[in-house]
Amino acid sequence: MAVPTLPSPLAIPSGLTRDQLLELYRWMRLTRTLEERLVALYRQTKVVGGLFRSLGQEACAVGSAFALERRDVLSPLIRNLGSMLVKGAEPVEILRQYMAKGDSPTRGRELNIHFGDVVDRNFVGQISHLGDMVPVMAGVTLTFRMRNEPRVGLVYVGDGATSTGAFHEGINFAAVQRCPLVVVVENNGYAYSTPTCRQTLAEQFIDKAIGYGVPGVRADGNDVLEVYRVTREAVDRARSGGGVTLLELLTYRRKGHAEHDNQSYVAPGEIEHWAAHNDPIDRYVERLTGEFGFDPEMLRRTDDEVRATVDEATDQAEASPPCVGPDALLGVYADPPAMPTLWYRAGEGSAVSEHERPASWGTHDG
Amino acid sequence: MAEITFLEAIREGLSEEMARDPSVFCLGEDIGGFGGAFKVTEGLQSRFGEQRVIDTPIAEAGIIGAAAGAAHYGMRPVVEMQFIDFVSCGYDMLTNYVATARYRAFLPCPIVVRGPSGGYVRGGPFHSQNPEAAFLHTPGLKIAYPATAEDAKGMIKAAIRDDDPVLFFEHKYLYRRIKGTMPEGDHVVPLGKARVAREGTHLSIVTYAATVWKALEAAEQLEREDGLSVEVIDLRTLLPLDDEAIVATVKKTNRVLVVHEDTVTGGIAGEITARINELCFEWLDAPVRRVAAHDVPLPYAPPLEDFVLPQTSDIVRASRWLAAY
Repeated sequence: MAVPTLPSPLAIPSGLTRDQLLELYRWMRLTRTLEERLVALYRQTKVVGGLFRSLGQEACAVGSAFALERRDVLSPLIRNLGSMLVKGAEPVEILRQYMAKGDSPTRGRELNIHFGDVVDRNFVGQISHLGDMVPVMAGVTLTFRMRNEPRVGLVYVGDGATSTGAFHEGINFAAVQRCPLVVVVENNGYAYSTPTCRQTLAEQFIDKAIGYGVPGVRADGNDVLEVYRVTREAVDRARSGGGVTLLELLTYRRKGHAEHDNQSYVAPGEIEHWAAHNDPIDRYVERLTGEFGFDPEMLRRTDDEVRATVDEATDQAEASPPCVGPDALLGVYADPPAMPTLWYRAGEGSAVSEHERPASWGTHDG
Repeated sequence: MAEITFLEAIREGLSEEMARDPSVFCLGEDIGGFGGAFKVTEGLQSRFGEQRVIDTPIAEAGIIGAAAGAAHYGMRPVVEMQFIDFVSCGYDMLTNYVATARYRAFLPCPIVVRGPSGGYVRGGPFHSQNPEAAFLHTPGLKIAYPATAEDAKGMIKAAIRDDDPVLFFEHKYLYRRIKGTMPEGDHVVPLGKARVAREGTHLSIVTYAATVWKALEAAEQLEREDGLSVEVIDLRTLLPLDDEAIVATVKKTNRVLVVHEDTVTGGIAGEITARINELCFEWLDAPVRRVAAHDVPLPYAPPLEDFVLPQTSDIVRASRWLAAY
């Protein structure tokens, strides 16, 4: 039964429009539906390698990335699929990437969501070494400052990555240089099996902000509007010359480190508790249909559209060609464009295929 | 005695050394209650306690440095890299601090840094590395890279007892695929001694780790199809290299193929080739040739990874070339 749309009894927070409120919902739903599809493909052994979920953390990625403009640069981590979608990553790219297809964004070189686009959509591909993206983003945003471009960077780390030297060196450098950078610590309680209490004795990660001389703001990471609000403030501060902000988003990792991990180290009932009482999508739906007077039918239509999008992307990705072995030799250097085939492979079907260098592949002149 | 896997053999070695010597302790990420990403240390924390199997923050430089400090004062720490690819984060500590400790300051530094290495597992560029050559060039370190379950146990025990820092590479492709029956008693395999994995007379394949098994496969095929008798040398330790074993096989077969999974340029095969030239050039009937990975970061997609890494068929082809030379 359709519920009539009521005028919102409260002002919509943070100056968002009703369309934007719905958009936030759509990105979170897309993240979850896409990951669920990936699980199905993983079980069919169509995903090559591990599968990393962000179940229960969708609001962190979506709400924070939503505070960025297209020209701003995002550095996602493994649980930030949602932020990449907001930034313009296509579901078919994610699927091709996970399925190691020849036309995937990294042409089969890298796994899962380890890819980026620094030419147009402005997100930088991560590596597995945690914390390394913080100094990289310090450099990205240093460049904006040097060129007087009003652009901002946002980098995610998990609770675990805050223990690395790279995190410390990177945030400290960015702080000293007053880089327009937002550093988001997505505190989901676990780094693989290690609980946060074994990662740091600090009571909260924003306590570290004091040591770096930057503002630290802690927020409920499962409240997408709150995530948007605090990130937007930090982004505005960065854009207006106020430098680095350390944000701590509190959330909970409801799945294992990767799909293989059975979470034997988690206390009984903990996951179920978060699923039942603190799911970011459930909470947002409640606000949308209650406080903001959205018609539940409208959300269901969004769900259907999202499913159709993911279906279509899956068909496309499944039809994508596999990688061609000798293409592994392409693109190590700008020049030469291909490495030589080693002597013992000569004549064994070792020619690289003719294919264009993707626009975003490691050159600035296209 | 029952067969155990390569992985269980390492665990057995760690466990025996911890039981034998109270100064031995383990530290690393997720190694305690969880038992490590590959479960090598499973059960050790419940047996030896949280003081001796320590879950650390994600901080490779920190834990390698801490191990060094403990080693200076009489402990024998065993550090796990969750994947050996992350040893690069501790490179400064290992090369600047640990490797020089004895030489520059007479500091004892008996630590072991161990972890899963190697490809053929679709792990992509950051979960498949073979960084041994980066450390071959660091005097002060030792590098062990076993291929059999028996050696995995015997060499981890030797590494722990060694008075110098040892990098201990565990090929993850072998973890659960390779099994062995452990000799009775205190089974220690000394570092620095290669092993003849297969006797032969026509040509020698000098290799280590996972490619030992590919070389053995190739040797069987070559015997079956070409009547070639191929000797396979498993180096076991890369630093120090067993020159005696290398020279012995050269003198026996006069033709040598060096095979490794690491990339070819700057790989260990180059060092081995140079030593053969210096020590026994006149015994060669053919140039020493290398079969190693192509010079690219290891890609993830199966057709790409398969192309980049040396395969059994490559060893067969290269051996035929060498035999016909």
